[in-house]
Amino acid sequence: MLVFALRRLLQAIPILLGVSLVVFGLVHLAPGNPIDMLMPPEASPEIVAQMKAAYGFDKPLYVQYLLWLMRALHGDFGLSVFNATPVWGQLVTALENTFILAILGAALGFALGIVTGLIAALYHGRWPDKLASAIATAGVSLPHYWCAIVLVLACAVLHDWLPAQGMGDDSLPIWQRLDFLVLPVVTLSLIPMGVIGRLVRATVLDILGQDFVGALSAKGLTRWPVLRHIIKNAAPPVLALMGLQFGYLLGGSILVETVFNWPGSGNLLNLAIFRRDIPVLQATILVLATFFVLLNLLVDIAQAAIDPRIRR
Amino acid sequence: MSAAITLDPRDRGGPAQPLLSVDGLKKYFPVRGGLLNRQVATVQAVDDVSFSVRKGETLGIVGESGCGKSTTARLLMRLMDPDAGSIVFDGDPVGERAGITVNEMRRQMQMVFQDSYTSLNPRMTMAESIAYAPRMHGTPRKEAFDRADTLLAQVGLNPRQYARRYPHELSGGQRQRVNIARALALEPRLVILDEAVAALDKSVEAQVLNLLGDLKSRFNLTYLFISHDLNVVEYMSDRVMVMYLGRVVETGPVEQIYRRPRHPYTRALFASKPTLDPDRRTTEMPLTGDPPNPINPPSGCRFRTRCAFAKDVCAQSAPPLAAPLDGEVADGPPHLVACHLPEAQAAMGANTHA
Amino acid sequence: MSDATIDTAQRVLPAADAPAAPAPGYWKSVGQRLLRDPVTIIVTLMLIGILFITLGAPLVTNADPYAGSVLARLKPIGTPGHWLGTDETGRDLWTRLCYGGRLSLLAAILPVTISLVVGGFLGILAGYSGGWVNTIIMRTMDVFYAFPSILLAVAICGMLGNGLTNSILALGVVFIPPMVRVAETVTTQSRSLDFVEAARASGTTTLQIIRHHVLANVLGPILVYATSLISVSIILSAGLSFLGLGVTPPEPEWGLMLNSLRQAIYVQPYVAALPGVMIFVTSMCFNLMSDGLRSAMDVRLNK
Repeated sequence: MLVFALRRLLQAIPILLGVSLVVFGLVHLAPGNPIDMLMPPEASPEIVAQMKAAYGFDKPLYVQYLLWLMRALHGDFGLSVFNATPVWGQLVTALENTFILAILGAALGFALGIVTGLIAALYHGRWPDKLASAIATAGVSLPHYWCAIVLVLACAVLHDWLPAQGMGDDSLPIWQRLDFLVLPVVTLSLIPMGVIGRLVRATVLDILGQDFVGALSAKGLTRWPVLRHIIKNAAPPVLALMGLQFGYLLGGSILVETVFNWPGSGNLLNLAIFRRDIPVLQATILVLATFFVLLNLLVDIAQAAIDPRIRR
Repeated sequence: MSAAITLDPRDRGGPAQPLLSVDGLKKYFPVRGGLLNRQVATVQAVDDVSFSVRKGETLGIVGESGCGKSTTARLLMRLMDPDAGSIVFDGDPVGERAGITVNEMRRQMQMVFQDSYTSLNPRMTMAESIAYAPRMHGTPRKEAFDRADTLLAQVGLNPRQYARRYPHELSGGQRQRVNIARALALEPRLVILDEAVAALDKSVEAQVLNLLGDLKSRFNLTYLFISHDLNVVEYMSDRVMVMYLGRVVETGPVEQIYRRPRHPYTRALFASKPTLDPDRRTTEMPLTGDPPNPINPPSGCRFRTRCAFAKDVCAQSAPPLAAPLDGEVADGPPHLVACHLPEAQAAMGANTHA
Repeated sequence: MSDATIDTAQRVLPAADAPAAPAPGYWKSVGQRLLRDPVTIIVTLMLIGILFITLGAPLVTNADPYAGSVLARLKPIGTPGHWLGTDETGRDLWTRLCYGGRLSLLAAILPVTISLVVGGFLGILAGYSGGWVNTIIMRTMDVFYAFPSILLAVAICGMLGNGLTNSILALGVVFIPPMVRVAETVTTQSRSLDFVEAARASGTTTLQIIRHHVLANVLGPILVYATSLISVSIILSAGLSFLGLGVTPPEPEWGLMLNSLRQAIYVQPYVAALPGVMIFVTSMCFNLMSDGLRSAMDVRLNK
């Protein structure tokens, strides 16, 4: 088990290096030098050169990459080109906000997904199955940014139940601003609900169809032991998908955060793109992707801990 | 039969030259593991195997599962590359500059696999499967399909009824007949039958074995018959080769091997052979336990860990395949055995009186 | 021994009878099973309908998708002459929705096609060659897998600059890694199938084997996967436009329309939600069609 965990950890290193290369390389997809785009056209060549030197854009690419990587490893992503504040500070605040949404959205989505999936599987072929499956399929195909708009429409425009945007007054503690959380969290929970619901249904049906469940019932074991077997066998794939989904919520919140004007990492990324704020952009993508890789790593190890067959 | 063989225009060296001779064939598989997924060991699947097949004979290869029978077949077909060893087909070294290419060899050597279902493309009809290889070798479509019909009839399937069927619509025995027809489509001289009847019911097995016998004499075929079933091998083979953990332990004419097995492993193998005849019930100790792990095979003679006669010499060096130590010589092809000990070779089990 | 059983068995028996009518080919039987599935039929009809109103937009509406009117801004649903209302510059929403589908579908289907060709090729190459070719291709894909898809799409699109071409390219890149994985898995499985080995043993060349044996096996799964990807692609490509990274105004496109109408949510709430309905319905149809295809192609069912 320990060897497996260590080996997966070692395997993650080249992937993370590759990720950093891609993130660094992305910036150079854009034509021209980032500084040229930022400086007003009338700026004198000396000042432009000075700026390039200040941000390190005058060095050869591989030197830029290594310097950037070394600093990034220490959590130093430089200053925002837009407002000259440290990138790391902005990013941490934004990530905290995204994290709140992602955790709550995932928790709600997973809970709903497991319930709909179980109902569908246990009432296989009957109307609760059809209803639950329809809900799950709809959840998968929903454009969640549209869903956000519809929710705002229903709860903030047509009725005055909930606030439509933002996080409320910063000076108040978060538990007094919970109403701001409701709509984004519900929106975020829809996709995980659909995805998890579909998988739970398929997995449980598969297990119910296997011989050993029949054997257990034949042995006179009822309900609880059978259920325990189902949980034990369904857990690894469901867990793996949950990890992935949580990663998507963390890294893919950009659309929902834009609709709700939620000051999280997605919003930060969106702003960075439109401001051409390269350091912020690189840092946000790198940190989110790193989270995603580490999350997958954790899921793999957790899966192996539950199911020894996965350990090789 | 030998007269017919000399008439084969593809025959090069005459009846005395072996159709296939294999020398020093080796295949080691790496075993990876550990933290960095390095190679930590090797499985010696086939280790220094040499033998030859005469024109028109059937050579049976027997052994427990994992002894390297099937790997040997795949190496011969070059479905995997051997690590060492040479294959000479009717005097022509295969894959060497002076000899023939692997593809030229494959036209003369074909194989029938164990699983009749997975060895047919589920999306091709029977006729398409049989005609496929000739068409890929340039036979015109019409001719290839006509020939497929003929072959179907020759393996006992009415082409009108079966040519346009898909694999899942046929029974196991019918599918295996099609596989045999497909192997014959390229008009090979040697057919490797890798556990070709192992998955069939006993009654169907008998029919397919008889079919194989008929086809052999009709097309002057030479067979390499691989099986774990001792009874089937005895029925089919002229000569038998016994393998244990990737090595040949004994080889010789079928009567010699079955009546007077010399290697302790061969005798133990026969002792575990089921028989319904009370007179032939054996008192010899059958094999116990599993074969040792092929990752770390025993030094010297690989059978010594399960052998009742084992002595120090058995651990020191691997016994060469040689004539029996008592000097007894029988007529016909030589009987060879890989064992150091005269007393082990001479020991008679209860099953040998038959 | 068992000589007795063999000798008493009849020699070269004609094989036992089987059903008389020859079965249809694989694709034909898939088609037959699809026709028996009501959901797939309905969904396919709906998709045909959507294709008809988008490609045949001039046939179902007379209005100009670009011509607005200051007087007719943000009319509600059911306005005479504008049965689905108008947008913030007074353009007929029904007309915009019909024409908008063209770019939305193009921006969704083209990336999947790109990934199908490129990813399918790389996957089959990796799966059939194995060894270091496989290692290089698959480890590279692992790196791209490390990004949540929307993040990678936004990042690429953000750096390339907005525009339809860039959004298609970005999504194409995003979809290649999963496509490679699917193709690689199926190819690796089919490479070791006995009938592929049998073809190799009869001297068939690698290209012929891939064309006749591997491709037929790989095509089904990757086509099913591609249809389910289109469903994702519709949401993502409209999402990129929604963020202002895809199609640029004044072109009609569902995601972009949703974004510009978002400002009007307090004035005409129902009109503002309409483009999203189109995205949702289209995506759902592709999703259900993919489900139907998957179960129709499942060979285990017909055994």
